[in-house]
Amino acid sequence: METLVMPAINFAAIMPETILSIVAMVLLLLNVFVPGEQKAYLAYLSLIGIVVAFFSVVSGWNAPLPMQEGFNGSVLQDNFSLFFKAIFLISAGLAVLISDHYMVKEECNYGELYPLILFATAGMMLMASGTDLMTIFLGLEVLSVSLYVLAGYNRSNIKSNEAGLKYFLLGAFSTGFLLYGMALTYGATGTTKIAKIASAAALDATLSSNPMFVVGMLLMAVGFSFKIAAAPFHMWTPDVYEGAPTPMTAFMSAGPKAAGFAAFIRVLMVAMPTLKADWSDLLWILAVLTMTVGNIIALSQNNIKRMLAYSSIAHAGYALVGFTAGNGEGTAGILFYMLSYAFMNIGAFAIIILVGKKGEPNNNVEDYAGFGVKHPVLAMIMALFLFSLAGMPPTAGFVGKFYLFSAALKSGYVWLVVIGVLNSAASCYYYLRVMVYMYMKDPVEEFDWMKLSPAIWASIAISAVGVIVPGIVPSIILQLAQKAILL
Amino acid sequence: MLEKYLILSAILFSIGTLGVLIRRNAIVIFMCVEMMLNAVNLTFIALSKHLGNIDGQVFVFFVMTVAAAEAAVGLALMIAFFKNRESIDVEDINVMKL
Repeated sequence: METLVMPAINFAAIMPETILSIVAMVLLLLNVFVPGEQKAYLAYLSLIGIVVAFFSVVSGWNAPLPMQEGFNGSVLQDNFSLFFKAIFLISAGLAVLISDHYMVKEECNYGELYPLILFATAGMMLMASGTDLMTIFLGLEVLSVSLYVLAGYNRSNIKSNEAGLKYFLLGAFSTGFLLYGMALTYGATGTTKIAKIASAAALDATLSSNPMFVVGMLLMAVGFSFKIAAAPFHMWTPDVYEGAPTPMTAFMSAGPKAAGFAAFIRVLMVAMPTLKADWSDLLWILAVLTMTVGNIIALSQNNIKRMLAYSSIAHAGYALVGFTAGNGEGTAGILFYMLSYAFMNIGAFAIIILVGKKGEPNNNVEDYAGFGVKHPVLAMIMALFLFSLAGMPPTAGFVGKFYLFSAALKSGYVWLVVIGVLNSAASCYYYLRVMVYMYMKDPVEEFDWMKLSPAIWASIAISAVGVIVPGIVPSIILQLAQKAILL
Repeated sequence: MLEKYLILSAILFSIGTLGVLIRRNAIVIFMCVEMMLNAVNLTFIALSKHLGNIDGQVFVFFVMTVAAAEAAVGLALMIAFFKNRESIDVEDINVMKL
């Protein structure tokens, strides 16, 4: 009789996910007993969970291979996924820090928010470390289902309802395509494991022209493009970003976008290197479309949340430029860029939260008139984030774009870089427009409703440091990113 | 035999996609999405049988679980929307415009 062999289960490989899930479940239970005005304690507890998970991520860095692999090869906690996990934890931590203020102000402080953020983060982590299509799919769904709720979190607000419902319908639709792509890939190669797909494709040369395999790749690319909000699959982004509660918009634009890139990179670069000629053409087109559509529509936006939504589409396009390059520098560039983007975007959204008051979000660019006179320090930090988003030195945004574009140049994509740089120049218009209003218009409002809680200050300070330090000494982060590439 | 199953599931998937694109009721759209997912499940099972490999069937269980979780969240979102707008027609999801 055959003995049943237990597959190798290695909890060390999913330690950060486990910590976050346990903390999230405990918080869900506690939430029942915590009265409404004390929900801030849940935020502190979730921050503790995030910090502990961060330590477990740091301790896993450069671990030997047997420690990285787990669950019969379904997850691999390599440096690539650890770097992404650090990005997710930073964006989750900053999102938690800015949430309490906003939720109290908008009177939708229900407390489930924090467990949902943690579950979403655990899902993102599974996406980044999944080496099996099944794990990637599950991680993506854990992330998406939590995000649908977070987008529609302010349930008495019609805009938030719409954001949640729209995100849900389009997200579920795109999941169908992703899944069909996975099914066809499974059919062509007979396995769902990323490494085995790669070896099957390497052994059988006819596979690269097998329509089932190619269509499978294309459909998966559609699914991931939706997640990273690449044009022409970006239609949901502006509405969802505008309607969702502002802290959740900040979170959605930083973490899940990075998670989409993590899974997209692993699937294309590790599982399908034999199709590289096909997917680099596809990514070229996606990158150009995404940058151009994002920037051109952002030019005409008056609502600052919507403007940042289109700008986040454009930023996905810049990262796609590095992805198109298909080399190690490009991947390291994406890692660096996603980290700096998390800092600069969440920082900008933290200030947007402060400027809004209850029922009057003050989201229009005109509402920022004279902000620089009334709040010089905050306006200066906002200007820093906007400079970084526009990609001006000496900020992290400049260095990140520089690495992405130089990686693409190295692979010979000169025209792609030219289009990218032109786009980047055009994007200055709408970022600087906010600054013109802040500094060169007379104040209309007194901005006396702004209450600066320590948590918001902490998040703004951390983001500002995260934008300036990598901008001045990029080598610290870049060396880590170079150790985290998949080659 | 495999081809027939694959063609059937491709047809089901296309009907689901078309339904999402042309129907106006959010619940019907969601049903069409479910049909797409089930078409994929059929593909997985047919391929699993053809390849003699269990991975596809395991995947189907996960897809079904996820579809159930999605349904719970989706219907809750629709109820929240209905409470404010008294409609679940996607034409009424229109507060935010370009």
